[in-house]
Amino acid sequence: MAVDIRTLDTFPKLLAHHAQARGGLPAIREKALGVWQTWSWARFADEVRALACGLAAHGLKRGEHLAIVGDNRPRLYAAMCAAQCLGAIPVPLYQDAVAEEMAFPIQNAEIGFAVAEDQEQVDKLLEILPVCPMLTRIYFDDPRGLRNYAQDALMSYERLQAAGREFDAQNPGFFDAEVAAGKGADTAAMFFTSGTTGNPKGVVLTNTALIDRAQAAAQMEGLADSDVVLAYLPPAWIGQNIFSYAQPFVTGYCICCPESAETVINDMREIGPTYYFAPPRVLEALLTTVSIRMEDAGSLKRSMYAYFMEVARRVGARILDGKPVGPADRLLYALGDVLVYGPLRNVLGMSRVRVAYTAGEAIGPDLFVFYRSIGINLKQLYGSTETSVFVCIQPNGQVKSDTVGPAVPGVELRFTPQRELLIRSPGLFKEYYKNPGATAEAKDAEGWFHTGDAGYFDPDGHVKIIDRVKDVGRLSDGTLFAPKYIENKLKFFPYIKEAVAFGDGRDRVCVFINFDMEAVGNWAERRNLPYSGYVDLASRDEVYVLVGECIEKVNLDLSQDPELANSQIHRFLVLHKELDADDGELTRTRKVRRGYIGERYQPLVAALYDGLRSVHVEAQVKYEDGRTGSISADVKIRDAKTFPAAAAKRAA
Amino acid sequence: MSDAQGAGDVILAVEGVTLSFGGVRALNEVSFDVREHEVRSIIGPNGAGKSSMLNVINGVYHPQQGTIRLRMDGALREFHDMDPHEVALSGIARTFQNLALFKGMSVLDNIMTGRNLRMHTNLLLQALRIGPAAREEIEHREAVELIIDFLEIQAYRKTPVGRLPYGLQKRVDLGRALAMEPSVLLLDEPMAGMNVEEKQDMCRFILDVNDQMGTTIVLIEHDMGVVMDISDRVVVLDYGRKIGDGTPEEVRGNQAVIDAYLGVSH
Repeated sequence: MAVDIRTLDTFPKLLAHHAQARGGLPAIREKALGVWQTWSWARFADEVRALACGLAAHGLKRGEHLAIVGDNRPRLYAAMCAAQCLGAIPVPLYQDAVAEEMAFPIQNAEIGFAVAEDQEQVDKLLEILPVCPMLTRIYFDDPRGLRNYAQDALMSYERLQAAGREFDAQNPGFFDAEVAAGKGADTAAMFFTSGTTGNPKGVVLTNTALIDRAQAAAQMEGLADSDVVLAYLPPAWIGQNIFSYAQPFVTGYCICCPESAETVINDMREIGPTYYFAPPRVLEALLTTVSIRMEDAGSLKRSMYAYFMEVARRVGARILDGKPVGPADRLLYALGDVLVYGPLRNVLGMSRVRVAYTAGEAIGPDLFVFYRSIGINLKQLYGSTETSVFVCIQPNGQVKSDTVGPAVPGVELRFTPQRELLIRSPGLFKEYYKNPGATAEAKDAEGWFHTGDAGYFDPDGHVKIIDRVKDVGRLSDGTLFAPKYIENKLKFFPYIKEAVAFGDGRDRVCVFINFDMEAVGNWAERRNLPYSGYVDLASRDEVYVLVGECIEKVNLDLSQDPELANSQIHRFLVLHKELDADDGELTRTRKVRRGYIGERYQPLVAALYDGLRSVHVEAQVKYEDGRTGSISADVKIRDAKTFPAAAAKRAA
Repeated sequence: MSDAQGAGDVILAVEGVTLSFGGVRALNEVSFDVREHEVRSIIGPNGAGKSSMLNVINGVYHPQQGTIRLRMDGALREFHDMDPHEVALSGIARTFQNLALFKGMSVLDNIMTGRNLRMHTNLLLQALRIGPAAREEIEHREAVELIIDFLEIQAYRKTPVGRLPYGLQKRVDLGRALAMEPSVLLLDEPMAGMNVEEKQDMCRFILDVNDQMGTTIVLIEHDMGVVMDISDRVVVLDYGRKIGDGTPEEVRGNQAVIDAYLGVSH
């Protein structure tokens, strides 16, 4: 159901179009007081109009910024559009950010107006008022707890709208003229990206960029106004905003806001979305809940689940992809669908899902295949804030667990000799706000956006992302070495918690392994293997065999990929202590600090490459109370089985 | 902290109440008053008579001497020998130290029981859910949903109460009492057995009830930090006698109170 995005080139114009074309259809739902309350497109447009006029009456002008702080709420999405109606720029901020983190965006964009969800957000904004004197007006949606707040800056959403209706009555032509004055090239929104180092950067996106990409992906998937989406991730993240704002504005579908963060699973089951987006960690958490409940089930159910999940693993994904499958398996799968997969999809709230995406980080193949095998069309996509999300999407029938698919129509892709992915697309950002240096670094003169991600095209023309460019190295024979790719592959095994891969400038790849204490502890108990703790288990030959098997599978996988066949792991050791952020070995977000670990455990690295079978180490550890101690141990080193590269194998 | 300035006229007056169980004097000529919109705490060491005091107000026990007057229809009226049902009808609700919930029923239904006094259609109509009964149920459901929203327990609406952790059960108990839309709410150790975070949550709910619904609160609590933080005025009991009465600051400085709590050498 395509709209003409050449004439409807801004979000307010799209809203007016939908209010006309499908005024009675639901635009946005919110569960409040236990009942789903619906705004039709006509109501949505009416809310926005009153709000925009109110903001105008209070002095919000074209080109100025409006901060929006809160969870997914109809009124906050209305506020986004209201700002756009006036040519002002909405800046959604993360609702879970602490007050100090909000100060920078507000100062940076000189934000004078903010719409906040509730008391919690208002409190944070009031807290930073002393350092953000430009912030003069704060509007709130939920008045709970705010009755006794006497600050002049505060005003309720209702009063703002009332002021707007009055203003609208006095200036009848004003609103329509403002909307008509908007152009596609105007900035539609600004999203701050969480900078891991330094201040966050405000990514400026135009109406054209967002609308074009939303349209391209919607056409590719055949989205229509009958689709339904659950908005449950932070709206300040473009990964949510594009699905709950840009795409519904293009296609006219309905978004649903859950009652609270704790009720998401229930609300999803009630709504039954047809279009779904979840980062891998959410999918993993869902699977864990299912697995735990399955373990508590009766033995009949458990064995039925085990049997049919095995059937699904064998043929489920093939059936979904429309590949040939024998009639017996088809029959079994159909039976499984009635007995297991259907009910399971229902429990997950995914009975009606036609298209589901995952993105944001690498997804484990088992996790990915689980969802596909039970008949959920889960696909990967690639994109970022700077690209208005949609760069690559896996088309139906061409889904793989380790690529992100080919380019979406309209996108040009290129790899530099350093393997960095470059993107040229109508969806690219205009600039980083007030940061020409960073803009020039990210976007070159010919309009290519430098993603910082390294990868290559696989034989089918799908993009495969392997690591960040700055982390990619080369083996001494010149072939590609992507440590994070290898480490991720290892970490997809439940037994392996952390892995550190070495190989840059060396002749082969070796790894340190940290096993997952809980998983391996259980495993040891099941095998009646007594142990005293992590250090004890780390020195067991049985554990080395277990880890060795995982590595073997990774090697087999790597050998299939001509680019990475040389990155197979030759030797490994199981570290005698768990890597810890307190010892500086991990960042606070639990990313391994490869360089630091390499220096700290220099003797171990040397031993990996010297061919020793065992090495004695002593390591300083910092306890939680600040004291330090040392652990000494003999660490064993083992060889891992490697495989000949795939090309050779095929020939043989 | 809620402001004493919000407190109005006396809504509940206890005058010279004496309660004995055989030879044991649980309460001995205790007098105090509760003003509208205030948070009034009753504290004291174990066995001081706090719960007895609450039970007297609640109509569970009838004192041998003394009067209790409650403001109804704008004037303070004495109430004699009321049973708990009549007390509840006159606008006093309470929660229980040891919880009094239906463990097998959902959160929603438990809070709905608090609406019982406000239901007017007869059992037959309710059972058949026809005519006025259906309309009435929708009204009550809305009131219950407002409470669920207020106490932030949406995620547990349909969960049987027995499956909830203790802190949440306490919250449901509060919800059930609120469902009566009381003018005075008696809370019997609402924080007992809670961890710090649960206590903070409960404090916030109590203050919000007080602030937003305008409910007068009479609170028994052991946690001194909590009492001193959220109360407007505090009554101190010891061995059935009132030994202190005033703002938290005054009570904290009262020698008799310090002696009762810390002991005194004779």
